Formats: sequence, C-alpha cells, structure tokens
Amino acid sequence: MNAVTISGVGKTFDTKEGTTVALEGIDLTIAEGEFVSLIGPSGCGKSTLMRLVADLEQPTTGSIEVFGKTPDRARRDQDYGIAFQQAGLLPWRTVAENVGLPLEIHKTGKAERTARVAELLELVGLSDFGGRYPDQLSGGMQQRVAIARALAERPRLLLMDEPFGALDEMTRERMQGELARIAGETGAAVVFVTHSIPEAVFLSDRVVVMSPRPGRITDALTMSFAGKTGREEGLREQASFFEMVTAVREALHQGSPTTAVRGVETR
Amino acid sequence: MSTTSVAPAPPGTEGQDAPRAAARRRSGGRGRRTAAAWGWGALGILVLVVVWEGYKALAPEDGVLIGDLRVLPRTTDLAMPHVWEMLGRLGEPVTRAEGSPLLWAAVALAALTTLGIAAAGWLVGLVVGVGFALIMQRWRLAEWGLKPWILVSQAVPLIAFAPVVKSWGSRVEIGSWEWPDWLSVAVIASYLAFFPIAVGALAGLQSPARRDVELFRTYAAGYWSTLLKLRLPAAVPYLLPALRLGAANAVVGAIVAEVSTGLQGGIGRLLIQFAGQASGDPAKAWGPIFGAIVLGLVAAGSVALLGLILKNYRRGEAA
Repeated sequence: MNAVTISGVGKTFDTKEGTTVALEGIDLTIAEGEFVSLIGPSGCGKSTLMRLVADLEQPTTGSIEVFGKTPDRARRDQDYGIAFQQAGLLPWRTVAENVGLPLEIHKTGKAERTARVAELLELVGLSDFGGRYPDQLSGGMQQRVAIARALAERPRLLLMDEPFGALDEMTRERMQGELARIAGETGAAVVFVTHSIPEAVFLSDRVVVMSPRPGRITDALTMSFAGKTGREEGLREQASFFEMVTAVREALHQGSPTTAVRGVETR
Repeated sequence: MSTTSVAPAPPGTEGQDAPRAAARRRSGGRGRRTAAAWGWGALGILVLVVVWEGYKALAPEDGVLIGDLRVLPRTTDLAMPHVWEMLGRLGEPVTRAEGSPLLWAAVALAALTTLGIAAAGWLVGLVVGVGFALIMQRWRLAEWGLKPWILVSQAVPLIAFAPVVKSWGSRVEIGSWEWPDWLSVAVIASYLAFFPIAVGALAGLQSPARRDVELFRTYAAGYWSTLLKLRLPAAVPYLLPALRLGAANAVVGAIVAEVSTGLQGGIGRLLIQFAGQASGDPAKAWGPIFGAIVLGLVAAGSVALLGLILKNYRRGEAA
C-alpha cells in the first residue's frame, strides 16, 4: 500500500480578483517509508499540496488517499505528523509538555505519555531540556521539539512544510542530518516542502519539481548517489551529490520560462 | 581564530549558553524593575504632597481668578486642609460622642463593605463577560449580533440605571429569600466590570495564530480540548489587564451605585455624609476619599496577584 496516492488533483482559490488556479492535474504516489521533497519557486502550490494531504484544505478536483483512506479519516486516525516553518510551540508549556500535547489530547495515560515523551526527547537529542520553556531554547532546538511532537503518535507519514526555512545555514545542515537519521529510525514516509535544492537532494529518495501558475509537477527525479545510500555529512562533498543538485536545478529551470527561478535558493 | 570556536557543537547544545544568560539577565532585571516601580510610586506621592502644600503656601487665599472665573481653588484650610491635618484626622474619633470609633477604622470598615460588594460585582462581571466572549468566539454570527450591543451598553450612563435596578430588586422575592439592597449595587458594579472583561477575553480567545489552530485540527482535537488547551491559556495575557480594568470599574461602579441608591454601610455613603460635614470639619471629608483610593489599589492589586500565579501563561508576552 502507498503512503500517499494523489490522482488528478486540482485546487482553485476564489479571491476578490477572481479564481486562482493553485494546482492543476497533480498525480503523485509516495511509497511507505519514502522520503519525497516538493521543490519549486514561491507560488507553485507545494505547500498547498501538502496541506491537501493533511486535510487542512479540500481539493477542488481529483482525489487523495492516505494509506488507502480519505485524508479526513487519516487525520482522525493520526496517521500523519506535521511540522511547519515556525516551530509553533505553545509558550506556556514546557518542552516535555509540548511534545506530549498530542498524546494528552488523545487521552493517553500519564505513565505511557511520560515514557513516550522521554523516548522522543532522546531521539531529538533534547533529553536534558524537558523542563525548559520554548523561550529558553534556540530556533534549532525549538524546531527539534516540533519534530519530536510530530512523531509523538508514531505516524507512518511525516508532513513538513519548510521546517528549517527559518534557521541559519549551519544549524540547518545539522538539522538535515538529524532528520535523515530520524526518518531512517522511524521508517516513516516523509513529504518535505522546501525551496532549497541542496536540502532536497541531501534528504530525499525522490525530488518532485513543481512550477507555478498553475502549480504543476514538471519532473520527478530519483536521487541516486554512486554506491552510497546513507545520508552522512560526507555526502554533501561527493561528486554524485553535485550531479544531483545540477539535475534538480536544470529540471527547475526547464519548468520556468525565465532563467532566474524566483524564490528558489540554489545555495 | 581559535579552533574551539569552529568545532561543531554536539547535537542539542547549540545556543545553550545564550538562553541561560538571557534568563539571568531577565530575573535580575525584573527585581530591579520592581524596586524602580515602587520608587517611582513613592516619588509620585511625594511630588503630589509638595505641589499641594506648595500651592497652599504660595497662592493667594482666594485662589487664582481670571476675571470672575476661578481657575485654581481657594487655599483656605476649609478648601485645602494641610496634608498632616488630613492624615492626623484619620487617627481621631469620627464624632465627639462617647465610644465613637476612630475615623480610619470607620473608613476601613466601610471600604471593606464596598470591597465585598465590588468583588461580588466583579465575579458576576467575570462570568458574564467570559460567557459573552465564549459565545462570540464560537459563533461569528453572535459576534456580529452582540458586539454592537455590548459597546452601546457602556454609553448608557450608570446613574440612570441605579434607581431602576433597586426598584426591580425590591420586587424580587423567591420563597423566603428577599433581594438584598447590596445586591442591586453589585449588579450595577458588574454592569461596568463585564465590559472590559468581555472585550479582553474575546481578543484573547481569538489570539491563537492560524498555525496553532491548524495544529489542533491535525490532532483531530474537538472544540472543548482546543478551548482548554489552546484558546484559554492563550487568552491569559489578554485577560489579566482586562480583569484589572474590570476590578477598577467594579469599585467605581459600586461607589457610584451606593451613592445613587443610598445604600448604608459602604464608602460611597460615607463620602456623601462626611462631605456634608466639611464646613465644620474639613479634614474629615478626606478620610473616605483616601479610603476609596486605597480600595481601588487593593482591588487592582488582588488581580495583579492572580497574574503572579498565572505567570507561566504570560511567557508569550515577551516573545
């Protein structure tokens, strides 16, 4: 069974200026445990596509299945965990209480909750920070808490909307390494929205390239690095990594009439 | 450049020292700020005393007149008693009659009575205000329908209501229970108190970012768990100033309602009564005025204590 099956999906928004076509004719399947990045310039609908999978928006046409269920059912069954660009932690809750929030809402017993939270904090390397409040953490640490929270219900699918977009480059690369490890350990499929090419290449099994107005999928590139499957830091310096970066960049540029692709970071 | 500064930090330690230092700065700064606040408060009172006595000493006895219009008050002992006379009068008996209590004790008792009535009014205002806010947050239509009426309610002068509420109250009788007069005063106090609470609570309940609301939606959280775990905690920083305003309003409402319904025992009654005796005993009239000021401060201060208890919910204010 696929984690996500998107068939013939279109999405239009009614605005004061008229109807905007955000997405058109989207077909995409994501296998269980697969790491897929959605990349494209601003306004190509990559976030919207993720929000459709999360049941935060409804598609205008076509259908979406998440583990063979409707997105609504999958959301109610907590089949996915989600993280946004802003960590979005509740400032009045400690780190541990923030991570345990979904468990608390779903009435998980206290003992089980405490154990699970400890496990999650260990996973994201924040075991010593459970009693801190979000305003006492750096941006990178807050984002780790958000990832731990997204994993609380052991989802088989992780939806991430530019989760490292607000972080500095150094922290960002370290977080990418952490996420690759976590995704490997949990075996969850990941839909990762980004506009950083190296980030997409480093993390993904497959990079889905999108173009704007209307948002369409123009290409899907399977990442293969000569003889390497792991996502170690060394990968960033391999020739095959640069080849993949170039391939994604070219795919992005083909989808756009101008050579300068706005909103895409090529660093 | 030293090598240590470029060595990668182990996971989970980035920026660890910076927040700690910030926390130190914050706690140190808070203590100093509290001391400074008290200092400024004391200085303010001192300035007031100096201005009062300075004007009394320097200005002409008949006040400052432009043509026939007196723009500044007379400085006679009748119009402006000395500060020490006003304070000294508090330590003397209310009347010359045998067994008369000291003025400060009488004022304190009256102030406590009024405080109790105002507190009852504040509680009613809290329930009504938060109730309105919950209804308006839940249903957009209710917000459109109710908000204009809530705003208009405050344009109606309180004085106009007092006799009506009192006469309605006097007709209420449930079994052996009769509507006490103080309850009319409390109802009028609540009429003033509910307004800032309703407005503040609504702003607070609506304050969570769309991102937070959507997060709760992805958890398939229902209305009640979103309310209890997101909206109410997020409303605390909005509610606290609203509750403080509500407390001050309840005190003003209670005093004004006491005066206009003629309720005995409270500070409002004392204000009128002693003002009537001011020609013979000018310092005495200032006793209940000081009492009313302290009453307002105590009411607002009690709410500030509530803020201390809920301080973790105010962390968002700094961010």
